[in-house]
Amino acid sequence: MSHNISEYKDVWVFIEHDRGKIEHVSLELLTKGCQLAKDIGCKICAFSVGENVEMFSEKLSEYGAEKFYFIESPILREYRTEPYRDSLLYLIEKYKPEIILIGATTLGRDIAGTLATKLDTGLTADTTALDIDFESETKNLLMTRPTFGGNLMAVIYCPDTRPQMSTVRPGVFQAIKNPVNIEKVREEFELFEDKIPKKILEKVKSDSDKVNLGFYDVIVAGGRGIGKKENIKLLADLADTLGGTWAVSRKVVQMGWAPYSRQVGQTGQTVHPKIYIAAGISGAIQHLAGMKSSEIIIAINRDPQAPIFDVATYGIVGDAIEILPQLTQIFGQRLKVGGSNEKE
Amino acid sequence: MHSLVLIKQVPDAAQVRVDYHTGTLIREGVPAIINPYDTHAIEAAVQIKDKFGGIVSVLSMGPPMAEDALKKALSMGADKAYLLCDKVFAGSDTWATSYALWVGAQKIIQENGPVDIFWAGKQAIDGDTAQTGPGLATRLDIPLVTCAIKIVELNPENGYIVVQRLIEGGSETLQVSLPCMITAEKELNALRFSPLPDLIKAVKSSVQLLNSTNTTIDPTQCGLKSSPTKVKRVFIPSKRERGEMLESGNKGITDVLFERLEPVLKQMGRL
Repeated sequence: MSHNISEYKDVWVFIEHDRGKIEHVSLELLTKGCQLAKDIGCKICAFSVGENVEMFSEKLSEYGAEKFYFIESPILREYRTEPYRDSLLYLIEKYKPEIILIGATTLGRDIAGTLATKLDTGLTADTTALDIDFESETKNLLMTRPTFGGNLMAVIYCPDTRPQMSTVRPGVFQAIKNPVNIEKVREEFELFEDKIPKKILEKVKSDSDKVNLGFYDVIVAGGRGIGKKENIKLLADLADTLGGTWAVSRKVVQMGWAPYSRQVGQTGQTVHPKIYIAAGISGAIQHLAGMKSSEIIIAINRDPQAPIFDVATYGIVGDAIEILPQLTQIFGQRLKVGGSNEKE
Repeated sequence: MHSLVLIKQVPDAAQVRVDYHTGTLIREGVPAIINPYDTHAIEAAVQIKDKFGGIVSVLSMGPPMAEDALKKALSMGADKAYLLCDKVFAGSDTWATSYALWVGAQKIIQENGPVDIFWAGKQAIDGDTAQTGPGLATRLDIPLVTCAIKIVELNPENGYIVVQRLIEGGSETLQVSLPCMITAEKELNALRFSPLPDLIKAVKSSVQLLNSTNTTIDPTQCGLKSSPTKVKRVFIPSKRERGEMLESGNKGITDVLFERLEPVLKQMGRL
């Protein structure tokens, strides 16, 4: 199984969207994709399908996309694996990109495996670093990913088949504006509702539940040491004061104190804010996997032996429940009111 | 109803530790278990058998010791167990694994009849790829339902199943035509203790070994050489240096922290 590699060109980023809005990870990947395209000497392109996606062009051009390939159809109004897969496949097989990046969201992970199998190519899941191997003649993509619960990192490449595909963790790369002129490429692909083996009977989504932690440059995270559900407020208060957001460890989600959408770690979101405050978090390896690339880590824990102190820039031995309000007070007195909270 | 559950034996990832001196994983003494998500896939298939009749087949690929995982599946109520075990499979990535499983599935269909529902765990806890189930569904050309949290309805007469699955920030309920592939979240069901008759049956039953001599497997499609992805290198993530432990001294400890953060907060435009 090998493909004629020279036929494939350009870096493509899958644009995931929900209710008319582009998912932030897609913009993060455009920014990273721009750099990869520069390294290889090719174009960075966006691609998507849906009922109404042409309207994304403007935003995509702000984030550096030179081309936008898309298919529109009312049948693609809601995500369903099979019609999405078949129409995306049409674009990929027609234009043959050499790299495809997809956000490692629930949807991204659902579509990536079936696409790669149809394309008979390699797929690397949940990548946290992407580099070009300049030593290889074909400038292969090197995809680094954690395995064994974050204990081991593996660098994967895909030498003989194209496209090289990867799903990438949200929050690993930053989305940076880089306006360019965009060329829109609309394609038609015929779909028949009665041939689709799947009907959506119900969809339940709550906006408040959906938090993109990767969006914030300050994160105040709490672990079991915050003691009870009501103390989530202590995290939220400090986060508000610092112009950031709050998050939790897996334990806190398991206790039912906070929704999964706030979870940082191996099985939650990966974040790398400028400031990460870990309050009452012991620092299990699975949690560290999701936050240890933060620039400054502040650990507050009663146990001086807690592993979180091993990765902390600044450590405070003490009770998070007492220290959090003190921090809220002192920062509240000295900080500008209403600081920017987005790291674009 | 004929269910085919794909399972994987994995090292208990929570117990794997790192030796920073040698830069390797310490796997001695780490128990091998059925991938936790897969146990919920088995349970779902057994529940359907209990209600609608039929059989549950289980299929795995791995070294001879993976028989233990299949025996466990039998004790949970599965009826037939198969292990793809051959050195030609060594080093397979998810593309090559889904090919081998596809061949294994053909063999099981030959022996036990057409499969109505293929089941798998959402992902394995060692590789975390979530690609093998979707890959097999694609090779079988059947609809795929990942991250299932509830079986709402099964209607064999009209050939469909209604499944609730997780999506970002919520859930959706899908009506899917059979046969299909469903991958399980842990919320899909609660695991039961194996009833004594199933435990006895598991001890008595044997696992059927599948390899390149008794299947139609094409050795050029599997194993390390045929896998499109290769491992360039592996490394232990670098340990972050331990920083400064703050002491309160004359000032309060929070004042000390504020002093340390002042330059960064200025740079961030917060001061």
